[in-house]
Amino acid sequence: MLPKAKLWLGLVVAALTLFSTNLQAAWELNMTQGVTQISRDTYDLHMQILWWCVAIGVVVFGVMLWSIINHRKSKGAVSATFHESTKVEIIWTVIPFVILILMAIPATRVLTEAYDSSESEIDIQVTGYQWRWEYKYLRQDANEEEVSFYSIMSTSREEISNDLPKQEHYLLDVDNPLVIPINKKVRFLVTANDVIHAWWVPAFAVKKDAIPGFINEAWTIVEEPGIYRGQCAELCGLDHGFMPIVVHAVEQEEYDAWYAEKQEQARVTREMANNVVTMSEALENGEQIYARNCVACHQAAGTGLPPAFPALAGSDVVNGDLRANIDLLINGVPGTAMAAYGRQLNPIELAAVITFIRNSFGNTTGDLVQPADVNTILQEAQ
Amino acid sequence: MASAGSHDTYYVPEQTKLPFFASIGLFLTVYGLGNVLNDIKSSESATFSTLVALVGFIILSFILFQWFSTVIRENHAGMNSDQLKRSYVWGMGWFIFSEVMFFAAFFGALFYVRTFAVSWLGGEGDKGVTGDILWPNFEAVWPVIENPNSELFANPHEAMDVKEWTPAFFAKYLPFWNTLILMTSSVTVHFAHTALKAENRKGLIQWLSVTVALGVIFLFLQVFEYYEAYAHYGLTLDSGIYGSTFFLLTGFHGFHVTLGTFMLAVMLARAIKGHFKPDDHFGFEAASWYWHFVDVVWVGLFIFVYLL
Amino acid sequence: MSAAHDDHHHGPAKGFTRWLYTTNHKDIGSMYLWFSFAMFLLGGTFAMVIRAELFQPGLQLVDPNFFNQMTTMHGLIMVFGAVMPAFVGLANWMIPMMIGAPDMALPRMNNWSFWILPFAFAMLSATLFMEAGAPNFGWTFYAPLSTTYAPETVTFFIFAVHIMGASSIMGSINIIATILNMRAPGMTLMKMPLFVWTWLITAYLLIAVMPVLAGVVTMMLFDIHFGTSFFNAAGGGDPVLFQHVFWFFGHPEVYIMILPAFGIVSAIIPTFARKRLFGYDSMVYATASIAFLSFIVWAHHMFTVGMPIAGELFFMYATMLIAVPTGVKVFNWVATMFRGSMTFETPMLFAIAFVVLFTMGGFTGLMLAITPADFQYHDTYFVVAHFHYVLVPGAVFSIMAATYYWLPKWTGHMYDETLGKLHFWLSFIGVNILFFPQHFLGLAGMPRRIPDYALQFADFNWISSIGGFLFGASQLILLVVVIKCVKGGKKATAQVWEGAQGLEWTVDSPAPYHTFATPPDPKLIHAQ
Ligand code: HEA
Ligand code: HEA
Ligand code: HEC
Ligand code: CUA
Ligand SMILES: [Cu+2]
Repeated sequence: MLPKAKLWLGLVVAALTLFSTNLQAAWELNMTQGVTQISRDTYDLHMQILWWCVAIGVVVFGVMLWSIINHRKSKGAVSATFHESTKVEIIWTVIPFVILILMAIPATRVLTEAYDSSESEIDIQVTGYQWRWEYKYLRQDANEEEVSFYSIMSTSREEISNDLPKQEHYLLDVDNPLVIPINKKVRFLVTANDVIHAWWVPAFAVKKDAIPGFINEAWTIVEEPGIYRGQCAELCGLDHGFMPIVVHAVEQEEYDAWYAEKQEQARVTREMANNVVTMSEALENGEQIYARNCVACHQAAGTGLPPAFPALAGSDVVNGDLRANIDLLINGVPGTAMAAYGRQLNPIELAAVITFIRNSFGNTTGDLVQPADVNTILQEAQ
Repeated sequence: MASAGSHDTYYVPEQTKLPFFASIGLFLTVYGLGNVLNDIKSSESATFSTLVALVGFIILSFILFQWFSTVIRENHAGMNSDQLKRSYVWGMGWFIFSEVMFFAAFFGALFYVRTFAVSWLGGEGDKGVTGDILWPNFEAVWPVIENPNSELFANPHEAMDVKEWTPAFFAKYLPFWNTLILMTSSVTVHFAHTALKAENRKGLIQWLSVTVALGVIFLFLQVFEYYEAYAHYGLTLDSGIYGSTFFLLTGFHGFHVTLGTFMLAVMLARAIKGHFKPDDHFGFEAASWYWHFVDVVWVGLFIFVYLL
Repeated sequence: MSAAHDDHHHGPAKGFTRWLYTTNHKDIGSMYLWFSFAMFLLGGTFAMVIRAELFQPGLQLVDPNFFNQMTTMHGLIMVFGAVMPAFVGLANWMIPMMIGAPDMALPRMNNWSFWILPFAFAMLSATLFMEAGAPNFGWTFYAPLSTTYAPETVTFFIFAVHIMGASSIMGSINIIATILNMRAPGMTLMKMPLFVWTWLITAYLLIAVMPVLAGVVTMMLFDIHFGTSFFNAAGGGDPVLFQHVFWFFGHPEVYIMILPAFGIVSAIIPTFARKRLFGYDSMVYATASIAFLSFIVWAHHMFTVGMPIAGELFFMYATMLIAVPTGVKVFNWVATMFRGSMTFETPMLFAIAFVVLFTMGGFTGLMLAITPADFQYHDTYFVVAHFHYVLVPGAVFSIMAATYYWLPKWTGHMYDETLGKLHFWLSFIGVNILFFPQHFLGLAGMPRRIPDYALQFADFNWISSIGGFLFGASQLILLVVVIKCVKGGKKATAQVWEGAQGLEWTVDSPAPYHTFATPPDPKLIHAQ
């Protein structure tokens, strides 16, 4: 076997060295060790099992190779006649069994630890949508402003379609990262709103499926400040590949300041819902919101991807009754990928994006929707 | 098992057109049916698709009829050795096993939903946080009468479960009578078999007729139960998980009863024609095994869907 | 009765209706094998689209929706269209000959099992050309992506799965009835070749789990078209319920794709080592243990769905246990080679590569079984690497080994050994370049089922794609070898291989259209 193994190894290595000139970073070959106790434990476990397998492989393939070299007919080998032995069968049943027990013990320990999400200090509800994450910090008391926001990939569609050069964190950047303090036990309540997603940050060794209608718990205590990136890890449709996760782990003071600012923002947005906007403000704002939230399905030029995703250009809804259009945005279309944006966007954003779609892609209704209008409808709905 | 002597007489049939055309029939049936369902969903006319499915189904049924007739004819012509008959026995046995596993999937779903999903949604058990945060108003009780989201899935008004454990209740309780009917029919089909083996053709025909009649009555009562469910209980396929499991389990069972009754009816016809001999009646036996299987499934259903 | 028919029984009917209407196990076996090869090319072509898109970062060839369709169809076609029918084809050809039976137990149903398959796959493939597009929810079709959010072609997908299931169940019933009822006098259970044993157990697995698959797609059908809420929490159901039922089928399914491979390798290694198989009895028991365990490990595919910890532990331990009987098999093969007198014709090369590379895939399987570690591996390319190692140099290599091994028996000609060896070496090198780097990709964090990836994954993807093209192109050599061999070549003897044992080698090459119309002489039946 080894000559073959050598041959292909040699080939691979040759190919690697030949073409590795354009490499920026060292090649990552192994699992990340991460920045939490659990992630390091997981790494150790992984290495331990790997070495067991390598050792077993060396023995098994070694014997095989030795036979192949020495017991070949061309060398005049004559076959023996033995063909069974209860003794060796027992031996090679028991030894692997013992090895498995040795593996199972640390595995059980690490798992038990990873499953203990009790006594958390911060609780964050993580909700997967097609194709964005929502982070909601659970309040200690109901009078606080609620901090909750959406986190959407910020890599531009032009980079993906190779029309612009790809930036460093291609596909792994978001507009609003999750921010957590270091050295605090943070509990994630993971769920989803449409299909199954999975929230995965390798550096924390946290991967939990987000099941619509159910909540799964996960937790982490991050030990080093830094920016940690991950991706959605469950096929969730069209843009499953474009649903990154970015977590900023920061010092406690920095976190407190950030949190206070978020609360302030939430208050301002709530109050601004009564402001009057101009057409140009609305269009500008709406275009951005559209680019972030809607292009995945309805496409930049409003052409959609029929039949799955309808075109907005020339759409009856978009060019028809305004109220119906607002309702559709707020409530979505149940049972389709069209989500209820009343929960995802605030009234200012909703008003802006509706104004935008009703006056773009060749749609010329001329409607200017005010946040207050949307707000009234939102209130009615509740 | 493999006894010498029976080996040199195994009947290997010549070429046959049956399976190929049966495949075409089957294909047209499901392709048409798929289109029917999609047409209905997108509110389009399903006339043509229905036609396709129907034509397919007619071809399939016609060919299966031919197929079974051929097998029977061959047997009467004495072409089937004991060994070949054993192949049929094995075939039927394993086919019933596959049916058991089909129901196992639905029973498994029922157990899972009852022990895990509904509890979690109701805020109990390992994942109880689900109910606390996402479904604060939902309570974990079985049968589920208040759905987690009763706007999407309208609540049934009432379930088919046992409301009181009194004789008076059971006297009016359809599933109870249906259980009795099916259990009885298992016995009558056994009497038919005994009569057959005793070369008592009259007994065979009588007991088999009784069995078929019981099957039909069972089906009739079940249709009545469904009518009640839809008309008065608000219990429908789309009334949440209770209705879903209820109708899928009882529905597929009912479908199998229909099939079983049909098989027994064919056997009755064959019995009248004098097809069976005391030592050569596997067709009858296969149908009766199937009937016993359907009966056992019902007992499971009665316990887990209605009683518990 | 066949004696009376003997005058018709000399050879096959003329014309193409021979194939449509045949009841002959060899004809049906050939049709299964050709069908499987066609599906292998189709599924492989989809894989080439995947690898081409992943050649570089960015979207260049296909849009993400089509990419998802390719992934889904690739998985479905390879599993249900290529590997399973290939094994059924081999079973049809070889089992009657191995146990000294005149044909399969239920020849007409045998024809039906085959002929519904092309229709099922035609319907499935046709969805690619329908307006809504082919299924795009992965071969595991998790709800609700495959129900509420699915393209309407999911209905055809569901019916196609029903038909494939019916085909498998009928095929398996036939195989079981054949093995249990049609063995020649003297062919006791413990004298059966291991290929027959492994198929007996595989058929049992199939009958046990295909109906469950039918059940789960039926629940989907009702959720989609009749308003039930099995997989919808709003009505009291649970999307995870889908996964439990699916994997109750799905895990045994992966052993369905490997047990017959074990049987093949257990036939080939003794032949070319010129030494009896080591530990026949323990091979039988190990196969049975694997089959038994396969029913209680399903949730190892679901470690991240948030099961209660008791479940996680149970499924971890049960899964790890499978390494023991599988190890027994590997050790027995090595012990068979040990102190043999080996030659290395193409079937043996494929068989040896099978043992090594399957074992590597088994090792990564064991790593995946370690629950906390699986949190990191799950749904990454590490999993993709694992299952391609057990499926491609595992299941597929075993099918190729079997093809080379029995081709002379089927056609009456020796195949071109030089081309065979070339095919082997290119495949062997290609498959490793293709799948080995995927371990690194997975460990470094590349999720599976994505059409585009972050820049740090670029290099290994590039290498993997090159390996893929090499491996894919090499498969055309197999086609050439087979066609050449069917058309002519050196006449093969009845024995074909010096060390071969078993009844199939006592009949002429090519095997007559009807073999063992009268049972073979019991003296020809030896212990395995
Ligand atoms: C032929 C198919 C096949 C086979 C044989 C196997 C064999 C095994 N598989 Fe694999 N598996 C798949 C096909 C297969 N698998 C597929 C298709 C998927 C992905 C499905 C999807 O999501 O799309 C999958 C996924 C999969 C997962 C889920 C991963 C995830 O999604 O997160 C897991 C987890 O436990 C797993 C485990 C195993 C194990 C423990 C074995 C064992 O049977 C392996 C046993 C063998 C050995 C261990 C080697 C030989 C043994 C020795 C030499 C003895 C001594 C060894 C030791 C003591 C270590 N497999
Ligand atoms: C037995 C099953 C089987 C087999 C044989 C293969 C064979 C191959 N597989 Fe597949 N694969 C699966 C089963 C299998 N796979 C499954 C179950 C999945 C999961 C699906 C899912 O996620 O839902 C998967 C997923 C999968 C992925 C991950 C996709 C994703 O996550 O997005 C990839 C990516 O590289 C891949 C590649 C390949 C390649 C390159 C081959 C090659 O070995 C194929 C080689 C064969 C050919 C190429 C055909 C023959 C040659 C020609 C037709 C000539 C033309 C050739 C050229 C143009 C070069 N497969
Ligand atoms: C996940 C994919 C997706 C995203 C993101 C999405 N939509 Fe939709 N949208 C759909 C689908 C699917 C429909 C069709 C629903 C149906 O079947 O009626 C739809 C329908 C619509 C319609 C009705 C069009 C018509 O003619 O019926 C409007 C208006 C609309 N979306 C606006 C938006 C806006 C504005 C956004 C962003 C804030 C957005 N959508 C984001 C998937 C999406
Ligand atoms: Cu969200 Cu994948
Ligand atoms: Cu598995």
